[in-house]
Amino acid sequence: MEGSKISDSTYLLYLGCLIPYRVPSYEVAARKVLSRLDVELVDMLEFNCCGLPMDPISHEVMMVLAAWNLCLAEREELDILTLCPGCSGTLHKVNTILREEENVREKINNFLKRDGMEYKGNIEVKHLVQVLVEKVGTEKLKEKIVKPHKGLKVVEHYGCHILRPKEYMKFDDSENPTILRQLIESTGATCLDYVNKRECCGYPIMSIDEKIPFQLAGDKLKHMKEVGADALITICPSCYLAFDLNQSRIEKLFGEKFELPVLHYPELLALALGIEPDELALNDHRVRVSKILKNGSGG
Amino acid sequence: MTEEVIKLSEADRQFKYELSHMPEIENLMLCMQCGTCTADCPVARFSGTYRPLKILRMVLFGLKSDVLSAGELWLCASCYTCTDRCPRGVRFSSLLRELRNLAVKEGYIPDGFRELASNILETGYAYEISESRMKKRETLGLPPLPKANPKKLARLAEIAGFLKKAKKVDGGK
Repeated sequence: MEGSKISDSTYLLYLGCLIPYRVPSYEVAARKVLSRLDVELVDMLEFNCCGLPMDPISHEVMMVLAAWNLCLAEREELDILTLCPGCSGTLHKVNTILREEENVREKINNFLKRDGMEYKGNIEVKHLVQVLVEKVGTEKLKEKIVKPHKGLKVVEHYGCHILRPKEYMKFDDSENPTILRQLIESTGATCLDYVNKRECCGYPIMSIDEKIPFQLAGDKLKHMKEVGADALITICPSCYLAFDLNQSRIEKLFGEKFELPVLHYPELLALALGIEPDELALNDHRVRVSKILKNGSGG
Repeated sequence: MTEEVIKLSEADRQFKYELSHMPEIENLMLCMQCGTCTADCPVARFSGTYRPLKILRMVLFGLKSDVLSAGELWLCASCYTCTDRCPRGVRFSSLLRELRNLAVKEGYIPDGFRELASNILETGYAYEISESRMKKRETLGLPPLPKANPKKLARLAEIAGFLKKAKKVDGGK
């Protein structure tokens, strides 16, 4: 069910809440990288939260919020590009349910009708990494690399909602995902394996019991250091905060220093594409990334 | 959570039947207590009390009021590992969501969750984005943020019905 699009490589950018609140460095890098790769972004005029934080309160309200955003994209006749796996998973799942289940669609549309909106089901929701792999392609990506990260060893961390639940998130194998590794290796860096690499960082329960996310992230940081990682690459604003913002507190809890820089994937890519470090918001990172700049980007 | 002898005469034997009519949890009663949900749960590794299987057993026994008031309900980080790996297709994450929705109707909701939900219904964003953050966007060369329409969202608050008097829950610490 493809709608008529302005252009095949134009997307409606869905920013979500956490990125503008705390992680603008991710947005800066994503915009720079996509522009370099001829993917055009249209900014939303109207927006509301994807609904994910409402799901524990009211599943129905979550569905309405997500559907509302899908309708905004349908009005623009554009597929959605998300940066946050949480938004991505929520919007994609609701898009699938509304398309496939007529009774749910009717119920939600009855609500949307009051605002003159109707869900039709003719747009897709894609996360940044999906667009990079499916639309740009790793071959084209490799051709554009001018400063390969030769000798840089990194580890990956996915962000649960881009992989699970697997009955909705089908674009990669949830037990053995490869997309992020492919993208990382396209920049010339080496992607190392580590114990429990698909495991959750625990960030969503920070407000309930912060010790558990600290222990989860700390355990992972230990394993990442053990295999000799120079940096951690994330694609989720929550995971980024769990490892970057929280790292010094985790170090205190564990009584050891990790000092592992955390980069958003588009930052790693931007540097390899020859985008200057000062065009990115690298100073926003709590864990200094200067080590990467010195060792990594082959120039 | 309950540690004394369970009196089934006081349990709500209809609870599991009611729940199995809710979206995504129609396989609830297929649970064979294998414990995969708990064994593979990252939170359970570090929590002394959060055990998905225990919550499932409480539901199947009909210990409705105990389970809805349990702080542990709020410790799930929604990673969906239990749902993906359940050999019986129970979708524990969806069961937990439904239990949380019911707990909210009973007035149980932790502050952190309530704050996010209130922000969304009042401003459209889950977090309050301050003036200084908006200024920072400008210095980073980022465009202004899209506007939300809180008036439209206000009606959703009625559906949610969560703003009524809340009871204290603390994640079972």
